[in-house]
Amino acid sequence: MSRKSLRIENLHVSVEGKSILRGVNLTINQGETHALMGPNGSGKSTLSYALMGHPNYEITDGSAFIDDVNLLDMEPDDRAKAGLFLAFQYPTSIPGVTMANFLRHAVTNVRMPDRKEGEDLISMRDFRKELKQKMDELGMDGEFARRYLNEGFSGGEKKRAEVLQLAMLQPAFAILDETDSGLDIDAVRVVSEGVNRVAKAQGTGVLVITHYQRILNYIQPQFVHILYGGKIVENGGPELVTTLELEGYDWIRAKYPNEAQIEDELESTVLTS
Amino acid sequence: MSTDLNAQVAGIKDDYKYGFHESEAHYNYKSGKGLNRRTVEEISEMKSEPNWMREFRLKALDVFFQKALPQWGGNLNDLDFQDIHYFVRATDRQGKSWDDVPAEIKRTFDKLGIPEAERKFLAGVGAQYESEVVYHSLREDLSAKGVIFTDMDTALREHTDLVREYFATIIPVNDNKFAALNSAVWSGGSFVYIPAGVKVDIPLQAYFRINAENMGQFERTLIIVEEGAQVHYVEGCTAPVYTSESLHSAVVEIIVKKGGRCRYTTIQNWANNIYNLVTKRAVAHEDALMEWVDGNLGSRLTMKYPSVYMVGKGARAEILSIAFAGKGQHQDAGGKVVHAAPYTTSRIISKSISKNGGRSSYRGLLKVADGAYGSKSNVVCDALILDPQSRSDTYPYIEVDEDDVKIGHEASVSKIGEEQLFYLRSRGLSETEASTLIVNGFIEPLVKELPMEYAVEMNKLIELQMEGSVG
Repeated sequence: MSRKSLRIENLHVSVEGKSILRGVNLTINQGETHALMGPNGSGKSTLSYALMGHPNYEITDGSAFIDDVNLLDMEPDDRAKAGLFLAFQYPTSIPGVTMANFLRHAVTNVRMPDRKEGEDLISMRDFRKELKQKMDELGMDGEFARRYLNEGFSGGEKKRAEVLQLAMLQPAFAILDETDSGLDIDAVRVVSEGVNRVAKAQGTGVLVITHYQRILNYIQPQFVHILYGGKIVENGGPELVTTLELEGYDWIRAKYPNEAQIEDELESTVLTS
Repeated sequence: MSTDLNAQVAGIKDDYKYGFHESEAHYNYKSGKGLNRRTVEEISEMKSEPNWMREFRLKALDVFFQKALPQWGGNLNDLDFQDIHYFVRATDRQGKSWDDVPAEIKRTFDKLGIPEAERKFLAGVGAQYESEVVYHSLREDLSAKGVIFTDMDTALREHTDLVREYFATIIPVNDNKFAALNSAVWSGGSFVYIPAGVKVDIPLQAYFRINAENMGQFERTLIIVEEGAQVHYVEGCTAPVYTSESLHSAVVEIIVKKGGRCRYTTIQNWANNIYNLVTKRAVAHEDALMEWVDGNLGSRLTMKYPSVYMVGKGARAEILSIAFAGKGQHQDAGGKVVHAAPYTTSRIISKSISKNGGRSSYRGLLKVADGAYGSKSNVVCDALILDPQSRSDTYPYIEVDEDDVKIGHEASVSKIGEEQLFYLRSRGLSETEASTLIVNGFIEPLVKELPMEYAVEMNKLIELQMEGSVG
């Protein structure tokens, strides 16, 4: 199987008329792990929502392709079928819908993109077997499958549930939006190992969005990007993470005064994360 | 997203897979349209009823004419009582086996899957077609134990004393206009008698079908659960789709004696031209449990508030109500509980869904009488609105005349969440699939109370309402 590429070019995104991303360029190949770092309000989550197709995020310019498939023309469900996955920072809860029932629908749709609505879901037996195996790998209790989706889940359980979905859906590209936030160190490790296992087995291209170094000790990126003022201003290797950890964003601020001004404006407005 | 969602919701057709109808060529009798003393006398005559029943009917007719239409609830202005056939006899014999049922009628019940359900998981079945019950069966071991499950007309002939003792004692003729109407023109319905200590562990089911146009169906059901006995009674209802209105106005009376249990489950899926105006009431004696599980998916207008009067110490009442109002539908449903004895407990859970301009109203009464000390009640009503054209209202009435009680009441109205939809869609679910899943999740707490077969049926019906797929 040839490696796919996720290519983001000159992406401009507005939310409620306010310009947040102002020309993002980023290419991720399958099998690569990238980290996207940046201060609060730099537009990191905006990038993930916009790529997944959230209706409140308006693309004003640019493109995003997986190979020759134009993601921006598609509904969110078709983007999932095209191989894109987003692990949410704040997964929403769906009362009354069990994890297992939801995942069976999701897995069916993603694996059989041509299936018509109302046609059979994937076999219950195979699905259960696979789900149990993946849950075991993530150290999740079997009871989890019968719980309502994210309903009453702790922070750690929600993130683990996101990684379980990643493991079941086996996307070509996975964006992890602040997956480490709110987790204690053991949970960060378990979740990261889960991501690594999937990425290794499936050759997933991974984009880790974070503003802490911590998770990057476990999910080690080959490529690191810094998003600042709605643009990727620095591209580098793991050494960038160390620099940020030691020096913070002050040097970025000094180096990119125009972006710093925009960043200040963005930070002063409350944004949906 | 909201514009997307609107387009999608507007695109949902309210398709109805039970809308077929059969020829009436074989019918035995069909009354002319309209209602007067002669109509009532004719019905009584055709049934060769005892004089007291005939007198009861005529008295009820007077009450019906005296009472004004209710000015609350739904809009009844288009309901024309003179444009209805009050008695339609589709066949003059009742089958004990499905082979005895005329082919045209059997075909309908086959399509509805009743004989199959009977073989698989029912203890007894009654099937009413137009005004009368055309098929009845009860497992032999149950009849050997003294269980009676028959249609009301037969019960009046064969169990006259029992009928006379309880009939109209729970819902008197003058209770309301539609109870009076039913009392005047009733026909069919079920009579269930469970002797003391007998536990019927699998459901008895009655199925109600209207076939003719401008038809009025007025079944009358009476269930008596003796001390320590137990029964689960289930009813389903469908009708063809016509452009003119039909009327379904039933009366259901239930007596649950000391320590008895009765669960009454309804999955109402009438066509959208049916006015469904039903009075259902149970009396629960000491330590008895009465449960109503009331699913309203069909009809043009439903006004139905199953109630429980807890008259014995320690009696319990549970009312679970699900309403789904689609295009052109108004579900005015809910429940009533009356605590008339100490240490009685009740719980009402109502879940309603409105979509495509539909309207659902929760209307409930919680009454605690002076002296019903130590009683507890909890009422929860949740509404889910799928689009801006649709509507939901809540009318909770609470009257408490006793200090030593615990009462809880919660109500919530939510719109289907954009974030929920986006989350599910980001996992590959289409918009329809995602909203169907959210709706099914919303009613899940109630559906899981249903026996497996009905839970599956309920989910299927919801999916049909959501998808508008062709049946």
